Amino acid sequence: MKFLHLIWSNLRRKKLRTSLTLLSIIVAFVLFGLLSAIQQALVGGVALAGADRLIVREKVSIINLLPVSYEARMDRIPGVDFSTHQTWFGGVYQDPKNFFMQNPVEPEKFLKMHPEIILPPDEEKAWLATRTGAIVGRRTAERFHWKIGDKVPIQSTIWTQPDGSQTWTFDIVGIYDGKDKGTDTTPMFFRYDYFDEARQQWGKGKVGWYTIRIKDPSQAAEVAKRVDAEFENSPAETKTEPEGAFIQGWASQLGNIVFIVAAILSAVFFTILLVTGNTMAQAVRERTGELGVLKAIGFSNGQVVALVLAESCLLTVIGGAVGLGLARAITPVVAQNLAGLLPMFFLPTRDLFIGLGLSIALGFVTGIFPALQAMRLRVADALRRM
Amino acid sequence: MSEIKTNSGPLVQVERVEKVFHRGSEDIHVLTDLNLQVPAGEFLALMGPSGSGKTTLLNLIGGLDRPTNGAVAVAGERLEQLPDRALAAWRARHVGFVFQLYNLMPVLTAERNVELPLLLTHLSRAERQKHVETALAMVGLSHRAKHYPRTLSGGEQQRVGIARGIVTDPTLLLCDEPTGDLDRKAGDEILNLLQSLNREHGKTIIMVTHDPHASVRAARTLHLDKGQLSNGEVK
Repeated sequence: MKFLHLIWSNLRRKKLRTSLTLLSIIVAFVLFGLLSAIQQALVGGVALAGADRLIVREKVSIINLLPVSYEARMDRIPGVDFSTHQTWFGGVYQDPKNFFMQNPVEPEKFLKMHPEIILPPDEEKAWLATRTGAIVGRRTAERFHWKIGDKVPIQSTIWTQPDGSQTWTFDIVGIYDGKDKGTDTTPMFFRYDYFDEARQQWGKGKVGWYTIRIKDPSQAAEVAKRVDAEFENSPAETKTEPEGAFIQGWASQLGNIVFIVAAILSAVFFTILLVTGNTMAQAVRERTGELGVLKAIGFSNGQVVALVLAESCLLTVIGGAVGLGLARAITPVVAQNLAGLLPMFFLPTRDLFIGLGLSIALGFVTGIFPALQAMRLRVADALRRM
Repeated sequence: MSEIKTNSGPLVQVERVEKVFHRGSEDIHVLTDLNLQVPAGEFLALMGPSGSGKTTLLNLIGGLDRPTNGAVAVAGERLEQLPDRALAAWRARHVGFVFQLYNLMPVLTAERNVELPLLLTHLSRAERQKHVETALAMVGLSHRAKHYPRTLSGGEQQRVGIARGIVTDPTLLLCDEPTGDLDRKAGDEILNLLQSLNREHGKTIIMVTHDPHASVRAARTLHLDKGQLSNGEVK
């Protein structure tokens, strides 16, 4: 710590150059934060996916429906604990920009299948007792200022009622929370029995996809094969995969998100590497004589290396911390505007620590060559360059 | 092999030292078979024309460079035998340097410049500050402690340089043309200060200069020419 003043003073030597370099680093880490949030929004669910859950969808496309009768057959397949289904409703609230997910489900089985959804017992009871009842996640409830007892009209883009109306009215009977921060609390769930009765003839008795709870997660591949074999050569063949793979596949429709994010970040950090490296190289070159003085008064080669490395790391860590802090502050604002499209848009704490680690690594890599250059200086030669 | 005996005799003992620099294929013999003894408490001036090897000799005595042949011992420590790390630690403990161009850190105030050598010690912040204040008081610059070098005159900067050189109470103070960049008045003040450090505080000082006006302040002057010392003149 006693060297901090010296390190800090050296950074302040060329204020404009240091500020511009710092700004570049800050921008890079803001970008890192935002891209991490996008990645989290698109594939973050993979990490949270239940290892004991499989998703069964129609083999050709998820937009093709599956018979509701499959549920009973699935429950009989060895290794399956129980199954339940969901269907894409595709509705908006008041305005097309107010898009969020709403799915009809079987309430009891749905809640049993998804323990990450936390619903108070009295609200669960109300849901079971109310045919038009719906539960909604905390984020959406707060977004639209909904409360229990409200009647909310949802305009479906797919499903029509017998009178030709596409407006479905639901009674909000419960507001659920997520077990952890990664749980998406934007969707609304309502009862399948109400939905199936109230929709027009098309699609009746059909569901979007099934979720299966398996008894032994290590048997997932075998159970998936058994499920698909069960419905082979039927009018609606199935494709069964772990929930994580299903989410990953969903995100992959936009391309390989992880690769795209990694490619952008690599380009950004490579540029920052050059910018910061150049700053540090210039800083050391300009101070050759002063480094000679430090060595003359007794600083060892190792101490000189440590001083230069500490200087570059301090620069990148300050830039990284400010950039990540800004990203953390920006993401909730962006998330509000993307609630429908990217409901899980947030910067995870894990990525903050990765970012900080990256900033230290950046400081080390950009500082090591100038530091070695400083170490190799011969004192007598360096003093002549004052 | 050198026959220097350690832990006895003069403070500085240079024996049969040779220093050769290599420039491309050319060997430049800067010091040749040079011998020198400096007793503790002496104020020695080394004079000579440019390129005579004065600074090279000072660098060897200060452990900033190593002889090609021969031996250099200070207070019984054979410098050419010390590894780099130990030599750096030895410099921190035993030598104070005063440079012609002051060589202060422009980003640090006078007191923080003086504190630099103390950062290598185990002293606490308060203890370091006390030492810094004492050193600045000795050179008469207590009132300029918070000033940056750019706001100080040349003479004041050199006094800060001297304060930095003596703040660790080193065995030896090595001055390379300490008045070379100063006007006569400021130079005299610096020489007065060095004389006072030698006479009143018993500091052993070796000063390189080409200025006869400066050399007369020393107790002994040696002339260096073409890498060899001529007979010293004892006053």
